[in-house]
Amino acid sequence: MTPRRLTVGRALSYLALAGYVVLLGFPLVWLLSTSFKTPRELASLSPSLLPESFSLTNFRSAIEQQDLLRAGANSLIVAGCTTALVILVSVPASYALARFRSRLRGVAMGWILVSQVFPIILIVVPLFLILKQFGLIDSLVGLVLVDLVWSLPFALWMLQGYVAKIPAELEEAAATDGASRLRTLTSIVFPLLLPGIAATSMFAFVLSWNEFFFALVLIQDPTLNTLPLALARFVGQEGQVQLGPLAAGSLLSMIPSLVFFALMQRRLTSGLLAGAVKG
Amino acid sequence: MSQHATLDPPVPAPAAPAARRRRRDAGGTILVLPALIPVALLSVWPLLQGIYLAFTDTTAGRPGAFVGLRNFADLGSYGLFWDSFRIGLVWAVSVTVLQFLLALGLALLLNMRLRGAAFARVLALIPWAMPPVIIAIMWKLMYDPRSGPVNGILSTLGIIDHNVNWLGDFSTALPAVIFVGVWVGMPATTVVLLAGLQSVDPAVLEAGAVDGASSWRRFWHIVLPSLRPVIVAITTLDFIWSFNEFGLVYVLTAGGPGGKTMLPMLFAYNEAFKYGNFGLAAAMGVVIVAVIVLLMFVYLRAQRRAAQ
Repeated sequence: MTPRRLTVGRALSYLALAGYVVLLGFPLVWLLSTSFKTPRELASLSPSLLPESFSLTNFRSAIEQQDLLRAGANSLIVAGCTTALVILVSVPASYALARFRSRLRGVAMGWILVSQVFPIILIVVPLFLILKQFGLIDSLVGLVLVDLVWSLPFALWMLQGYVAKIPAELEEAAATDGASRLRTLTSIVFPLLLPGIAATSMFAFVLSWNEFFFALVLIQDPTLNTLPLALARFVGQEGQVQLGPLAAGSLLSMIPSLVFFALMQRRLTSGLLAGAVKG
Repeated sequence: MSQHATLDPPVPAPAAPAARRRRRDAGGTILVLPALIPVALLSVWPLLQGIYLAFTDTTAGRPGAFVGLRNFADLGSYGLFWDSFRIGLVWAVSVTVLQFLLALGLALLLNMRLRGAAFARVLALIPWAMPPVIIAIMWKLMYDPRSGPVNGILSTLGIIDHNVNWLGDFSTALPAVIFVGVWVGMPATTVVLLAGLQSVDPAVLEAGAVDGASSWRRFWHIVLPSLRPVIVAITTLDFIWSFNEFGLVYVLTAGGPGGKTMLPMLFAYNEAFKYGNFGLAAAMGVVIVAVIVLLMFVYLRAQRRAAQ
């Protein structure tokens, strides 16, 4: 390879890399820019990438929109309750999965793997009928239950990984020192598990906050809309849809996910790219 | 495979007296039950119910009677169902293949020591961080026939001479939706392939270079074969995930225009929750899952044979 060819190759590589960054970043920049534009500028037929002036009107009207505000509150309730339940149920279960060799362990682990390719299409109709029997259609409780089951597999998988990292010797030492089983769990295992619980909570919260399909099926009463539902129905009103408030509302609804990914970014990339070349 | 490694307990369970082991097992069961009960009730039970429903004529109004294979026979003669199946296959295969080819190129690129590669990798997380509904809304803005930048850019480049209604035109709707599907999934596939690339033994590559193999031959004969397990796994998952896609396309086009983007999931959703044909929708679910399983079986078998 001559040095000249190498340079051309590298130049092309940088060009491709730049193209990739633009392809990924541009739509987001456009969403951001749309959210700051004035209605007059949005009506323009030759819109520019950057807004003429940064106007907060769209954010104000998105927040003042009764629908979006109520949907935000609903989403907060559903995602908050789901997260609490997920943690309550998955902390003991993941401890058992990581520490005990029970027959249920194999069952649970197999199901966690299956859940990654779960055919939602097969369960949605019966799920609807079952929840209807219990009066849980058009109910945030029903949605919380579905979201719980929906986020459990990954939560269990994450948490049991954190439990497995806690050396069992610590527990044995505590037991030798005469600590009861419960005391060992509360004063040794639980504190060491807190970072894992925090990460799992954020994950469950974001999953439930973003969930759309089940919400669409289970919620028909507009006052019970979650945020993704309200935004999707906002888009559905063809013709009169106002792009500015829609963009602003979309951005506001992304805040929890953005916080989650900002906090987890290093862990996610380093976990997925263990041993990556430094860029 | 690496997953199994992490799933296994860190320390082998110490040999315990039989009685003690039994007690520990019982303890474990009690701890797992609160998680298993909701899962059994809202996931396993509906799954069995769904298979049963497929053989009944249940509608939104009333519980149905057992009708044997009638739903399946009805589906067989239901032209729209096969249309949606064909669209679903075009969608899933296009998204999986395009995503894979682009992601492979990018993974090779990011694996080189380029400035800015780290930034590009962080950027790759964006489509993960965004809920599908918001991604769909964002692309609605991009494709907007009046003010969308897609038309603006393409006409500036001289590729189109009039504004195209990308999501509303019969001929462009499916390609436009596929493009968004690729945009969403490509970064994740890239990250997975990148992780695979980094596990290729550099010593073997060097040996190849010393023996005078061109970079293309090294890629074809060393890199690609050692990536094979990763490639098979990620393309299988990408195919199943895209076949199961709903929210993105529901918000982008709701299956329109004229059913041109009516993926099987959207079709079954409409059949069940718009027209109330629960039994028929359940039968659709059974057919869709059966076809996916069959396709994956054939694909994985072919891959295994090629590997031998």
